[in-house]
Amino acid sequence: MIERPVPVLEAPLEPAAPAGRPTRVRPPWFLWVAGIAVLVPVALPLLLMAGRVIGAGSQSWNLLFSARTLELLVQTLVLTVAVTASALVVGVATAWLTVRTDLRARRVWSVLAALPLVIPSYVLALVFLSAFGVDGVVTRLFSSFGVESIPAASGSIGAWGSLTIATYPFVHLIASSALRRVDHGLEEAARGLGAGPWRAFRTVTLPQLRPSLAAAGLLVALYALSDFGAVSLMRFDSFTRVIYAQYQGRVDRTPAAVLAAVLVVIVIAILWIEHRTRGRARYITERTPSPPKQVRLGGGAKTAAVAFLSALITVGLVLPVTVLVLWLGRGLENGEPLDVAWRAAGGSLWVSVVAALVAMAAAIPVAVLVVRHRSKASVALDRAVHGVFALPHITVALAMVYFAVNYLTPLYQGFTLLIITYVALFLPQASGAARGALERVDPHIEEAARGLGRSPFGVLTSITVPLMAKGLVAGGALVFLTTMKELPATLLLRPTGFDTLAVEIWSAASEGFFARAAAPALLLVAVSAVPMYFLVTRTYES
Amino acid sequence: MSPEAFPVIAATGLRKSFGDVVALDGFDLEVPRGGILGLLGPSGCGKTTALRVIAGFETPDAGSVTLDGEPAVGPGVWVPPEKRRVGMVFQDFALFPHMTVADNIGYGLRSGSSRRVDEVLELVGLAGLGSRMPHELSGGEQQRVALARALAPKPRVVLLDGPFSNLDAPQRDRVRREVRTILVEARASAVFVTHDQEEALAMSDKVAVMKDGRVLQIASPHDVYHHPVDCWVARFLGEGELVPGTASGAKVETLLGTFRLAEPANGPVEVIIRPEVVRLYPDAGGPVTVVDREFYGHDQLITLELADGRRLLSRTKPNPAFAVGDRVRVEVDEVMAFPEHGHV
Repeated sequence: MIERPVPVLEAPLEPAAPAGRPTRVRPPWFLWVAGIAVLVPVALPLLLMAGRVIGAGSQSWNLLFSARTLELLVQTLVLTVAVTASALVVGVATAWLTVRTDLRARRVWSVLAALPLVIPSYVLALVFLSAFGVDGVVTRLFSSFGVESIPAASGSIGAWGSLTIATYPFVHLIASSALRRVDHGLEEAARGLGAGPWRAFRTVTLPQLRPSLAAAGLLVALYALSDFGAVSLMRFDSFTRVIYAQYQGRVDRTPAAVLAAVLVVIVIAILWIEHRTRGRARYITERTPSPPKQVRLGGGAKTAAVAFLSALITVGLVLPVTVLVLWLGRGLENGEPLDVAWRAAGGSLWVSVVAALVAMAAAIPVAVLVVRHRSKASVALDRAVHGVFALPHITVALAMVYFAVNYLTPLYQGFTLLIITYVALFLPQASGAARGALERVDPHIEEAARGLGRSPFGVLTSITVPLMAKGLVAGGALVFLTTMKELPATLLLRPTGFDTLAVEIWSAASEGFFARAAAPALLLVAVSAVPMYFLVTRTYES
Repeated sequence: MSPEAFPVIAATGLRKSFGDVVALDGFDLEVPRGGILGLLGPSGCGKTTALRVIAGFETPDAGSVTLDGEPAVGPGVWVPPEKRRVGMVFQDFALFPHMTVADNIGYGLRSGSSRRVDEVLELVGLAGLGSRMPHELSGGEQQRVALARALAPKPRVVLLDGPFSNLDAPQRDRVRREVRTILVEARASAVFVTHDQEEALAMSDKVAVMKDGRVLQIASPHDVYHHPVDCWVARFLGEGELVPGTASGAKVETLLGTFRLAEPANGPVEVIIRPEVVRLYPDAGGPVTVVDREFYGHDQLITLELADGRRLLSRTKPNPAFAVGDRVRVEVDEVMAFPEHGHV
């Protein structure tokens, strides 16, 4: 279950403010010590696991080239490509309708279209499974209209559907912000040179959107590839599900590690493709874009647009929330106790707060090194941190388990390792936000402080950190949010008897007790909704 | 020896490149104690880099700096910026946006030295504004806070990097005068960087003229203007028409006529005729025509065309007597001559 929303939402079309000339004096030693202290726990377990996969020799190779692995590979890639394509189509459509047309209440639609983001993919999967199931809400609704059978939402269709609903909001947000920033003066210039509206859109507007769409596609593809909860509940055999099964079912963990390594290779391939798609042109216009002109929709088109948006929001938001509320009501009637959910909420809150705080602290040296002391080494540190972010959680979690079991047994099934894993997974959300904030701080301000007699450490604590505090806190909020929802790494690494909301939802759902999942799922949605609201409205303000 | 025996700053043989760009190329500078030194040069000549090396924000590739005779940077020596006791005023002021004016000024002091903060606020004429935030001040006030902050810890020297270029023209002259008064009152040694020759001449007790990473001349404003070391310095410091000529003693012969020389010379020379030495007399039969007139209020700049088509500038009192198309006669006072060696 990868959640990596917001830093990327802002990235594609918003160049950071020029940072001025970076200080050319060597970075103080404590920054590097801190940077390495961050890097080692993040990267070392992965390197050790890679060593293990290679060290396993022929056993690895046999497994790697088996028919089963090939089948898995094809299935996973088909799902990834299908989800990416459908999310791009749906997300660009909602973005275009709510930004460039004269649809009424466009802003409201735009916010509503982004909202399914608050529902984790495994909750969506759970709701769809039940609602489209034999005695589900949707099935009964359709049969009351005389439709006897609807396609069951399980297997590949279910996985594709729930992942598309879970990911199109990323595309919607990124594409909306890109569409708003597209320089419409260029479009008008094209029209003035004789191009029709469609040709102008295709040859001038679309290429300007390309980097944003590539970034959004990357996000969706990595999400689909790494998703564990939705595919598992849908019983769709993608890599993550099989890795987990291998891990659970066997004493020898090499097969799980080998499959995880394949997953890493696919991630690298996807990153490479995205990098190639981006091309060499500069798309960011220096001048202030002229305000967009709204495209007038005809009456029929308007009705169709409203129907499309309503259907989407019904499936992605109204249906899940309704179903969860119904379940909760039914559960309460049957005397289902709520204390399990409360305890799980406490667990979620506790690990998420700690993970957010540690990630904020770890983000400081990473951001300061890469912004103020840019060198090959500091850029490499930043890349390594981001590289781990792109990896499927199950891979990182496996590496952590392997590391603890073989080298640091006391850490195994302890909170320390769980927190380290969360920080490894989500650090870029904090460091990215901190970096953005720091890039807007004039380096002269820090030099002025040095010139007034403060040591580098004194400057860091009295000037640099206070000035990037806002970014740090925003990044910390993101880490908090994504940790709340995290499922596969939590499953693998949690101390025995320790429950979070995600784990509680998962175990109830995988045992078929849907009603028991309702309370933790609603709590999770409610907790996610608050920061998400601020993030979404913030993208609208900018 | 006491530190007073040494120059405040002595930079020797500084070199610094950024990739292919050479910013400092054998930069030597001695800054005498007390008074204001203007470091003047065209943009990109390395002025700011020189200041940053002196303050310790850049490390030079070669050369050394001593402050009050103590080595600050050189072979095997590196004193970090916070130990140099050099106050820096940045072009963009670099005020700490999250601190009040008083906290900004007190930043370089030991905690609890609020007396000194008040004292410095008083000095820069901002008494009572200590609790404001930097963004609540005008550009000129921010400038004075930056200066106060640099002066508060009583540094051995204050470095000002293009201190007035962030202010708009009407403010600039006033702020410049204020800053000079403050620096004089604080008895501070100061170095400021500018590419504006007027500013350098008006503000400085001494001017160091820089080109391509090195200092060409250090002298009083009067001397750099009237006795520039070469043709390039002469033309950088003021307007003037350049003509070839042949000097013999106190006279020089040029295409425009024979002129008196400020300093005797001999042989082929390049002659610079400053507009203020060109005097005009109305003369309907004169050989020279007025082709343009730029009126500045306090004076005017008149472009002349000679019989052979050459142009010459003349700065005169704001006299309406000369209009475009008028014929005039020209007299020239002393001119400057430099041996020809391709400085221009």
